[in-house]
Amino acid sequence: MGLENNIWESLPDVVTVKLDAVVNWARKSSIWPATFGLACCAIEMMNSVSARNDLSRFGAETFRASPRQADVMIVSGRVSRKMAPVLRRIYDQMPEPKWVISMGACATSGGVFDNYAIVQGVDKVVPVDIYIPGCPPRPEMLVHAIMMLQEKIMKESVKDRRDTFEKESRQSIVPGTLPITEGTVLEELAKNSEVKPYTVPSKHERRRSS
Amino acid sequence: MNTEVLHEFVNKLKEENSAWVVDVKDALGEVTAIVPCESIVDVCWVLKTTHGFDLLADLCGADRGVEEDPRFEVNYHLFSTKHHNRLRLKVLLTEDEPNVKSVVSVWKTANWLERETYDLVGVNFEGHPDLRRILLPSDFDGHALRKDYPLRGYEPYSLT
Repeated sequence: MGLENNIWESLPDVVTVKLDAVVNWARKSSIWPATFGLACCAIEMMNSVSARNDLSRFGAETFRASPRQADVMIVSGRVSRKMAPVLRRIYDQMPEPKWVISMGACATSGGVFDNYAIVQGVDKVVPVDIYIPGCPPRPEMLVHAIMMLQEKIMKESVKDRRDTFEKESRQSIVPGTLPITEGTVLEELAKNSEVKPYTVPSKHERRRSS
Repeated sequence: MNTEVLHEFVNKLKEENSAWVVDVKDALGEVTAIVPCESIVDVCWVLKTTHGFDLLADLCGADRGVEEDPRFEVNYHLFSTKHHNRLRLKVLLTEDEPNVKSVVSVWKTANWLERETYDLVGVNFEGHPDLRRILLPSDFDGHALRKDYPLRGYEPYSLT
């Protein structure tokens, strides 16, 4: 006799519940991160899935090599000006719903690298949900951030999330980070824009547009 | 350290053409020959073909400071895989005309090294086949390793 038999006996056949509660519960229970290690914080990120810290207790241990299969991007390390368009592209390739965790002082604010080469906070490129302080943060702090993200996901409304984040995810403060596919109306609009877009399409985008 | 062998190479250069070597410096067991910028390609070619310096170990630029004249210098670190000697050539460039002829025709490895020097210091290599930025973003404004470049960069990239 398994657990499901006990539930079957104790619950009625039909249960009414908010749609948000069910959808969010499903979402928060398996947050797959995209593998995006940038610097020393990535070492702590790797350690968080090890046997000692065991991030799989919270359903977030499956680091995906493809952003198409990921739900959360953990930006672990300093983002250079040249890396910013790449980071933005990976974010854009992730399917909705998606979240971003800014891990460590450098990803959050530039950290000690207050110079021309480093983006002063990854929130100038992508919208960030959770910031983790520390240099680097301990794996426990990353696990805590995942749990905070789960709490945040449970408070979300499925409808609101779609409406607000679609618009917000098209904004960026750092010039040259918004992707524009060649040969589209966006390319013409972007020429007069203050925010300089990058116009080199990926192989995938080139194939899709032709 | 004995640098007589290196001085011999410099003297041979002087015998070939007395205008090729402006000055010679000997410090810490290393010999530096200061070469006028218009003859750097000829000097490199002679050193490679007749004196066996077949490897360009490094090529780097330096900004000596805004108040210095000449302000920029380009250093060529040569090495020979045959007789295992190292020799440094130096070209001095003024702030108004930071132009020097490219040595890509002598050593292919100079291609990326000259691009890096152009990118970071702003030295213009004449005759380079593909002189564009290699480290900084292609839309970057200015040259980052110049002494008068602000640490946080120019707008709109500074984002303070």
